[in-house]
Amino acid sequence: MVEFTLPANSKITPGKHHPVTTGATNTRRFKVYRWDPDSGQTPRTDTYDLDMDRCGPMVLDALIKLKSEVDPALTFRRSCREGICGSCAMNIDGANTLACTKPIEDIKGVIKIYPLPHMAVVKDLVPDLTHFYAQYASIKPWLQAATPAPPDSERLQSKQERSRLDGLYECILCACCSTSCPSYWWNPDRYLGPAALLQAYRWIVDSRDEATGDRLDELEDPFRLYRCHTIMNCTMTCPKSLNPGKAIAEIKKLIFARR
Amino acid sequence: MTTNNRPLSPHLQVYRLPLPALLSITHRASGVFLAIGTLALVYWVLAIASGAEEFQGVQERFGSITGRGLLFLWTGALFYHLCNGVRHLFWDIGSGFEITTVYRSGWTVMVVAVALTLLSWLAAYAMRGGGA
Repeated sequence: MVEFTLPANSKITPGKHHPVTTGATNTRRFKVYRWDPDSGQTPRTDTYDLDMDRCGPMVLDALIKLKSEVDPALTFRRSCREGICGSCAMNIDGANTLACTKPIEDIKGVIKIYPLPHMAVVKDLVPDLTHFYAQYASIKPWLQAATPAPPDSERLQSKQERSRLDGLYECILCACCSTSCPSYWWNPDRYLGPAALLQAYRWIVDSRDEATGDRLDELEDPFRLYRCHTIMNCTMTCPKSLNPGKAIAEIKKLIFARR
Repeated sequence: MTTNNRPLSPHLQVYRLPLPALLSITHRASGVFLAIGTLALVYWVLAIASGAEEFQGVQERFGSITGRGLLFLWTGALFYHLCNGVRHLFWDIGSGFEITTVYRSGWTVMVVAVALTLLSWLAAYAMRGGGA
C-alpha cells in the first residue's frame, strides 16, 4: 500500500559529526545513513568531513576510507569496485547507483548516502535482498527446453537471435531499478519489479528457450507485471544503462499479441 | 538476529524524482481531478434539467472567480491527461523508451497541453464576445 511517511521505528534522527582531524584544505562533507541492530535506537545520519586530497575519486573510495580510518563500524557491501558485481548499490545524491562507479565530483554540496529505498535494513547501508532474489528465482531464470540438445554440439543461435539478448544479459541484479520504482515501493509483495521482469524478458526472447508460453502465463497478472505504469525511474537509474522500462513494454506487447 | 524490527529505508523522503516520474504522478493526479470534474459536469447538466432559475444560479457559481479558476484547472488537466495519454499509447506500441525521447516527449506534452488550454480559453472568450 501507498505510505508516504516512514514507520515509527524507521524515522531518522541527526547523528554524530566527525570532523577532519588534520589541517586539510580540500574537504567534502558526507552524510551517511546509520542503523545498528544492537543499539535499540532508531536510524540516524552521521556526517563526516573527508580530506579529498587523500581520497580516491569514487563514492566507494570515500566509504572505504571512512571505514578504515574514521569509523570501523560503518557497514556496507562492496566487492569488485568496478561496476560488475552490483554489491555496492545504494541511494547516492537522491538516486540509486553503484558507489564504485559514481564520481564524487559529479555531486554538488553534501554527499548524501542512504541504503536502497523502501527496503528492510540489516545494518547501515545493507538492505535485506532476500525477497528480491526470491522474485528473481520465481521467473525461472534458466533455459527450459523439452527438445534435447544436439548430441555433438551446443544449442546454436544465429547472430541475429543472439543480438536480441543484448541489453538484457548485462544486468548484474544490483536492485537499483526495482528499489527506485514507486510501484515496487507500494506493492513489493505482489509486483515483480523491473529487475525480475527484465530477466523474465531475457528468457522469453531467448531463441533456445521453449517455455515462452508458460513464462507469459506466469506474468499475465494485474500485479506481477501490470503494476508497471511506465514511471521510468528504473531506466533513469540503471548504472549499466539498460532499459527495464522497454523490456516490460515488450512483455506487455507479447501478451497482447498472443490473444 | 533481530529480523522483525528492521527499519524501512527512506524512499520518497530521499529520492529525487526525475522529470518523467513527476509527469507520471501528475498524470495520475490529473485523472483523479478529472473524475471530480465529471461530477461538476453532472451537476451542471442537472441544473439545466431543473429549470431556468436553478440553471441561472449554477451559471453564476461557475462564472465566479473560484468557478472559473476551477474550470481553467479542469481544462488544463483534461489536455494534460489527453496529451500524456497519447504518449502512453506510443509506449504501448514499444516506442519512445530511450531516455532522451522520454524527456523530449515529456516536454512536448507539457507545452502542447498548456497551449491547448490557453487557446481553448481564448476561443471561448472570443465566441462569448467580451469579458464577463
